[in-house]
Amino acid sequence: MSRSDTFHPFARVLHWLMALMILTMLFVGAGIVSTVETKHDWLLAIHKPLGITIFVLALIRLGFRLTHPAPPLPADMPLWQKLAAHASHWLLYALMIALPLIGWGMLSAGNYPVTLGGGLLLPPILPSDPLVFAWLREAHRYLAWLFFLTFLAHMGAALMHGLIRRDGVLQSMTGGRTPD
Amino acid sequence: MTDDTGARSRPPTHTAWRWALIGLAVAGSAAAFGYVAGWLAPERLTPHRLVNAVAANGGEHAGFRRNHAKGVCVAGRFEASGALAGFSTARLFAAGASTPVVGRFALPGSNPYAADSSVPIRSLALRFDLPDGEQWRTGMNAMAVFPVSTPQAFYALQLATHPDPATGKPDPAKTKAFFASHPETASFLAWVKTAKPSASYATETYRSINAFYLRDAAGDRHAVRWAMVPEQPAEGDGGPAAGDTDYLAADLGKRLAAGPLRWHLQMVFAAPGDAVDDATRVWPDDRRTVDAGTLVLTSSQPQAEGPCRDVNYDPTILPRGIETSDDPLLAARSATYADSYLRRTSEEAHVPGTKHPGEDKR
Repeated sequence: MSRSDTFHPFARVLHWLMALMILTMLFVGAGIVSTVETKHDWLLAIHKPLGITIFVLALIRLGFRLTHPAPPLPADMPLWQKLAAHASHWLLYALMIALPLIGWGMLSAGNYPVTLGGGLLLPPILPSDPLVFAWLREAHRYLAWLFFLTFLAHMGAALMHGLIRRDGVLQSMTGGRTPD
Repeated sequence: MTDDTGARSRPPTHTAWRWALIGLAVAGSAAAFGYVAGWLAPERLTPHRLVNAVAANGGEHAGFRRNHAKGVCVAGRFEASGALAGFSTARLFAAGASTPVVGRFALPGSNPYAADSSVPIRSLALRFDLPDGEQWRTGMNAMAVFPVSTPQAFYALQLATHPDPATGKPDPAKTKAFFASHPETASFLAWVKTAKPSASYATETYRSINAFYLRDAAGDRHAVRWAMVPEQPAEGDGGPAAGDTDYLAADLGKRLAAGPLRWHLQMVFAAPGDAVDDATRVWPDDRRTVDAGTLVLTSSQPQAEGPCRDVNYDPTILPRGIETSDDPLLAARSATYADSYLRRTSEEAHVPGTKHPGEDKR
């Protein structure tokens, strides 16, 4: 039942579900490193299983996206905006996959057990090495900031499409009718 | 897009308000993130600030831990008695289990060159490597209780005991004012009056200080604290020679050359009413105690190249069968140890913006 001007319903469900999860993840991550209160412990307990869930969903979403093309952008959009839209979307995909992997890799390199709660334990994906830990830990921080900035640009652009241009781009993901 | 031209043919009304709404959404999200991350909450006690305060009291030493900087690695095993298996499903407590251990004896403080006699407290950190990648990490101190019960009070204690640049010693007035305004320090102060720097790591009793829960197979939990009680008898062979500032590691090496050193992991069970979330309060001596097994240490290594160097002894890294309590110090220890670990590993890795190890002077 997908129309050519909207995303497939499965893509829309994944988008909004993951938007909620990723925003939660970014705020939880920022919280972990800025507090010494007891919430540090439960934030950390949320962060790891949520990160792995995002990783798995991102792979499913990438596979779906590659087999189900997105609706075309409006023909009258300036070229730089089209380029920015495409670049930022692929950057978001890359970050959704890279950040959980870096997190998993950095815990492995730090020789931490990768616990997901309930006794679930992931195997290490890198050998124990404190120098690799340090580089990955820094990468985890800066890429998370880049993720949040890309999210801000993405949200700002989506609202611009919906409120200023009113060109149906926002509705292609909300599923609502294009204003007429 | 089928209706593209239609949408563009009628420009939106109230454009300024629409742009303002977009700006508000973006700025509001950024501000919320900035608040959570602490950038817009400068008064918050972050792990970074707390570690800065601890490190400032003994000097910043690149590549070293920011607390308990001076230490020595040890290795050995834990042999379970089986007596605790009914109270915790953690596999290292099963009868007959032998679990490899990587440990570290140390002195509190951020100065890796401190004299062994400069503090009356020694610490023992252990990492138990359980089957299938599970770990138990614990950092214990040879003291009866902790001076304070919250990270905020611990931070205030660091500020109050910061060495005065003029004298090199804490300002007695500030220290006195701190203890006067923190009555929970009474038990610690009473203990520290009697405490003397021991001549050996081997003769000390190391305590968890914080309480934890054991979880048994039926799902019931039991509040506990633990103590590593030495088999080695307390002193007898005289103290270190006068002027010797590094006797602890030498004594340890000498003893280990003669044979393994042993401690008993005594698990102490809380009675109803005992403080489970307050490390400043002593539990009475008559609490039920279970000997969980024997820690057997067989070798030591200098920390610069030993296997303990790159271990963050975060006491909240626990196997199934052991859980954290609501003691607020535990989360603070986890948060600050992570900060300290990142600092020293980034210094080792020469991450830009960090000091290189070895550049500091004694």
